[in-house]
Amino acid sequence: MSTAAVPNAAALKVPGFWRRALHHRSFVIGGALTLLLLLAAAVSLVWTPWSPYEMDMASKLKPPTGSHWLGTDTYGRDVASLLLVGARASILVGVIAVGIGLVVGTALGLLAAAKRGWVEEAIMRLTDFSLAFPAILSAIMMTAVFGAGIVNAIIAIGIYNIPTFARITRASANAIWSREYVAAARACGKGSFAITMQHVLPNISAVLIVQITIRFAIAILAEAALSYLGLGTQPPQPSWGRMLSEAQTMMFQAPLLAVFPGMAIAFAVLGLNLLGDGLRDLLDPRLARAR
Amino acid sequence: MSLFLVKRLATLIGTLIGASVIVFLVLEILPGNAAQMLMGPDASPEAVAALATKLGLDQPAWTRYWHWIGGLLTGSLGDSYAYSSPVLDLILERLALTVPLAVLAMALTVVIALLVGVTAAARHNKLGDVGLMGMAQVGIAIPNFWFAILLILVFSVQLQWFSAGGFEGWGEGIFAGIKSLLLPALSLAVVQAAILARITRSAVLEVMREDFVRTARAKGVSQRMVLWTHVLRNAMIPVITVMGMQFSELLAGTIVVENVFYLPGLGRLIFQAISNRDLIVVRNCVMLLAAMVVIVNFVVDVLYAVIDPRIKASDI
Repeated sequence: MSTAAVPNAAALKVPGFWRRALHHRSFVIGGALTLLLLLAAAVSLVWTPWSPYEMDMASKLKPPTGSHWLGTDTYGRDVASLLLVGARASILVGVIAVGIGLVVGTALGLLAAAKRGWVEEAIMRLTDFSLAFPAILSAIMMTAVFGAGIVNAIIAIGIYNIPTFARITRASANAIWSREYVAAARACGKGSFAITMQHVLPNISAVLIVQITIRFAIAILAEAALSYLGLGTQPPQPSWGRMLSEAQTMMFQAPLLAVFPGMAIAFAVLGLNLLGDGLRDLLDPRLARAR
Repeated sequence: MSLFLVKRLATLIGTLIGASVIVFLVLEILPGNAAQMLMGPDASPEAVAALATKLGLDQPAWTRYWHWIGGLLTGSLGDSYAYSSPVLDLILERLALTVPLAVLAMALTVVIALLVGVTAAARHNKLGDVGLMGMAQVGIAIPNFWFAILLILVFSVQLQWFSAGGFEGWGEGIFAGIKSLLLPALSLAVVQAAILARITRSAVLEVMREDFVRTARAKGVSQRMVLWTHVLRNAMIPVITVMGMQFSELLAGTIVVENVFYLPGLGRLIFQAISNRDLIVVRNCVMLLAAMVVIVNFVVDVLYAVIDPRIKASDI
């Protein structure tokens, strides 16, 4: 991302933004898929077709029917109910892991841009170190020490998000710090903290909003991969990744079992990616024109 | 150029040292008593103390760190608790699978991405472009391990063209080895190819607007020739940069995909080492993968400067 082009989140409040947004194909499709994901998780809190924990060995590995819309798994549990509840694990991991990355990463990035000099250098070198550890690798280290579980998976994915947010924040914030209105604010006697909170942060929020959707999608993929390996969400809590790992052992008897959870992950990630693309186009017209 | 190389090399060494400190802190200091962890909560204190002495855990942390770094530099990484064999041998044996897998996946990524990206750019805003980019968008959203399972469903369960997993070793011949790695490599490649195809398309579109492209066309060079020689060559810088970052993703992806296909590679070794609480294997494997990520990024940066001599030390 160019440091010169920092879209303004105030665009969200500009009259006509939502009219343009509703005509933007990526934004509409992505927004609808993301809403569907949130809705699935919300509905599962109050209602599921069957209990996702209830095993019924007499009706295991059933194909889709009127009563079990997507069939049953190897323990006779209803696949549709498992998918609905599984959305909660994905959202939980996404929200907390992206939250960790956003809060810590943005704070570090803002600090680097405000202080410059050795503080900036030290923070950027620290992010270099952590970039050497892809999410799976840091999760593996966490698991080796603290054991498998959703909390460790969330922390690992969160830590992995920190350098990304720090780098993007620093690059965008540096561009803001070179603007004339920041020099004017400084001339008026405002300190670094006040300028950061009143001028820099509001002006880089659009970049962060776009990044949040992208990192959310990556967090869902990482959680699914970790749960597939048995390092993420633990039984009996349903998770899309673990459903896939259970389905793999039944591929000859019930191949459809391996299809539905993967589709759920792909639709969720596709939705968030399209939403991110749409937001980037809408909040940064310069990039939109370049397409 | 030489200043650029020196500065980049210094950053590489600094990053490697930083990464090694992180790995050591997380896997050596955080677990507290590794001997207790290894023997389980029911082990007698005497037995735990004896193992701690044997493993050198009674030494100060600094001594242990330098001992480990010395071992890394000389290839003496110690013995695995679970396998009772040298960690280096275990890693080298597994790398014989993981490296060819990652290289094959990268090759497939590049071939698919360049074909799709250039074809889409040549049909800019036409049906072919929209269709290919739509497919790329879906490709990015697909988890590689799910795609791996789908490949097994189609090519192993239904068509029975490939085995559903396992690796017989290179002793069975190169063709048999590559055949075992083809589905895993494809499952790793498709997602990365989808990302790279989008980058290739944008880069090609950008170069296609340049004057020299119009000149080449005016001289009578065919559209295909212009695209695949003049344009693609000039569009390679962003493509190579992304390729470097993707190689790291591929290496990390092998951990998951090796488990889907039950391949005895480095990823599966780490996974088994975690189950066996074999921390010495985990520590060295994680360090190796992190070092590979850092070194690949370094090579890409240097390659970038070789391709585009305008890049100077001040740019990093």
